[in-house]
Amino acid sequence: MANALDPHAAVVATATGLTDGGLRTADGKPLARALARSQSLARRRAFLLVLPLLAFILITFVVPIGQMLQRSFYNDGFSAHMPALSQWFADNPRGTEPDDAAWTALATDLQASAEARTIGIVGTRINYDVPGTRSLFTSTGRQVRRGLEPPYQAALLDIDEEWGDPRLWSAMRDASTPLTSNFYLAAVDRTRADDGSVVQVEERQQVYVMLFMRTFWLSLVITFVTFVLGFPIAHLLATLPMRKSNMLMILVLLPFWTSLLVRTTSWMVLLQQQGVINDILVWMGVIGGSQRLQMIYNQTGTIIAMTHILLPFMILPLYSVMRTINPSYVRAARSLGATSWTAFRRVYFPQTLPGLGAGALLVFILAVGYYITPALVGGSSGQLISNMIAMHMTDTLNWSMAAALAALLLGAVLLLYWVYDRMVGIDNLKLG
Amino acid sequence: MKTTLVLSTALAGMAFAATAQEVNVVSWGGAYEVSQVEAYNKPFTAETGITVNMIAADNPSTPLKAQIEANNVTGDVFDVEVSDAIRLCDEGALVEIDPAMLPAAPDGTPAVEDFIDGALQDCAVANIFWGTVIAFDTTKFSGDKPASAADFFDTEKFPGKRGLPKSPKRTMYLALIADGVPAGEVYDVLATPEGVDRAFAKLDTIKNDVIWWEAGAQPVQLLADGEVVMATGYNGRFFDAMVGEGKPFEIIWDGQYMDMDMFVIPKGAPNPEAAMEYLKFATDTQRLADQAKYIAYGPSRKSSAALVGMYQDGKTEMAPHMPTNPQYLETAVMDDPEFWADHDAEMTERFNSWLASS
Repeated sequence: MANALDPHAAVVATATGLTDGGLRTADGKPLARALARSQSLARRRAFLLVLPLLAFILITFVVPIGQMLQRSFYNDGFSAHMPALSQWFADNPRGTEPDDAAWTALATDLQASAEARTIGIVGTRINYDVPGTRSLFTSTGRQVRRGLEPPYQAALLDIDEEWGDPRLWSAMRDASTPLTSNFYLAAVDRTRADDGSVVQVEERQQVYVMLFMRTFWLSLVITFVTFVLGFPIAHLLATLPMRKSNMLMILVLLPFWTSLLVRTTSWMVLLQQQGVINDILVWMGVIGGSQRLQMIYNQTGTIIAMTHILLPFMILPLYSVMRTINPSYVRAARSLGATSWTAFRRVYFPQTLPGLGAGALLVFILAVGYYITPALVGGSSGQLISNMIAMHMTDTLNWSMAAALAALLLGAVLLLYWVYDRMVGIDNLKLG
Repeated sequence: MKTTLVLSTALAGMAFAATAQEVNVVSWGGAYEVSQVEAYNKPFTAETGITVNMIAADNPSTPLKAQIEANNVTGDVFDVEVSDAIRLCDEGALVEIDPAMLPAAPDGTPAVEDFIDGALQDCAVANIFWGTVIAFDTTKFSGDKPASAADFFDTEKFPGKRGLPKSPKRTMYLALIADGVPAGEVYDVLATPEGVDRAFAKLDTIKNDVIWWEAGAQPVQLLADGEVVMATGYNGRFFDAMVGEGKPFEIIWDGQYMDMDMFVIPKGAPNPEAAMEYLKFATDTQRLADQAKYIAYGPSRKSSAALVGMYQDGKTEMAPHMPTNPQYLETAVMDDPEFWADHDAEMTERFNSWLASS
């Protein structure tokens, strides 16, 4: 394999007419095999060199993310602590009315889980699907700890009538196997009806699909704005004499080196209604004191602040590509009669595409996952899906839901990456 | 940090062989952490010789849950909100705490009676009460000054932007109170679908005048910048701005929302005995009263109230700034952790959906 790719070996072999491996090294081994061996040794040594990095990435990146994503479809909060009832669900198909055996299983499991103090885990799991049922489990748990007499159906219904709710039983059936698609359904504003079919949630509960669309739309807008603003600056950087371009480069990089929070907070100072820009506009008489513009705590604020923060990610790849473009091409086009616009459009711009592609991809992917800036300056209309993921991680502690949303976001980005590869080709990317 | 954690685990393993004991306390950082270091940790170390390692988290229940999931608990004592304490206790993650072990009040009243109702849970002991209150900038109102939750929603009488937290838990109660629901009935109303609709309908009336905040420092900043004329926020933060920085703010105690912060000990804590010692020490009458010297949050023991004195500047009387002042308690809404454990996700989704629709 290796020798076939080695042009030198091939040339020698063809020249001497010995293509069937007749060439041998000084100590008599076939040249092809000796070459392969020495190359595989070098490859193995190279692999050992990258092994620490590979292990580092595996341990700190792939494994934790994998474990986190596993939660989005695997949650044994119910099945692990309610074994008897889970078994009953496994034995009886959907639609079976809960019989005596089911109620007995429920009562036994409730008692065991109340004793073991795992009833909260069970309740939390069911509460994800049927809001308001967590306390049903915990309060019933407190009562059954004091003892529960058969017949269990009557006893449990006596504690709380909600135990007879078909929606609750349907949710318990869904949760009786640890593998579940419910978190993904919830992440696209769907839920399961009592009969197990997938339906949309109430209109006033729908939020995720809208946020996904908003996230992608705003990211596109931000990518476009960074392109419009960044392209001329990158061109200037690439064409100015060294001294001036270095100065300009520092101006581009300075905000890049400044803390993200500092930059976001500065935008608050500038953009708010009692802020610098509004003050200047009022002072100049452009707007009246009572018509101060609302430029922050809404989508406008998110777009402005994120565009500024992500701008260097567009400028730098563009600059690195533009610097390598030979100015004589454009001159040649002009001397052949092209107008400056045609020369730019047909000759210069196509050569910047690898940088543009890289910049656009970087900005877009970073924007899709942005969290702290929209949280601080986004108000209510500038929130993105990542804010919802953070909320589920830290407030509701529903990590399965957070994982499902994150997995969808990751999937969508990978899909876009694939489309991009198909349309533009990843080989045409130049990151720096 | 990591070495101290590893070290402390090793020390716990050696049981009694270790002479220099440690306890890892995970709390909220900031001025609150300072108050705990001054009021609890320093005297605790002086008395017992046990070193206290303070670890800051945005919300300690998040690392607590993570450590339990990973089966690698490194903190001994966590300072969490009451709803998280109850939830984690129901999930079997916390050590149960027998109130009989807690020290009695100086006059001999047993701990069970000395703590304010709700401050003792199966697995948790409260250390402070804190209020979410309305504050306004006095310079923005020349005539009448706002005085109630209803005034907060009255943009005709008191024009200007309002600051509200982006959370259903800390906005819906205020809407209901402003709509005339007595503080004691807020959760009865909120438990019905009509009550939820009523709260959203009231919020609708000021929706276009609200700037939503997320971090506790924001409402103070928004008020100071003149970006809003009224905001709800945590009473300790407003106190700092008013007394510490001399801002012209005033607090409306009508319809304050009361929360507790509680100490919990996770099962599998590396230093369980030191943790229990710390918890007992930190929640005794004098320590809770001392904490009020550094931050305007109310002690969870009735017997501490009498011992609360001056702020650390030596001239500000703390009693009128305490959310637990009996005068303010009448119109206060107590947090209902069970309700929010049940409905948080559902309400948050509806709230976000409401926010997004214009």
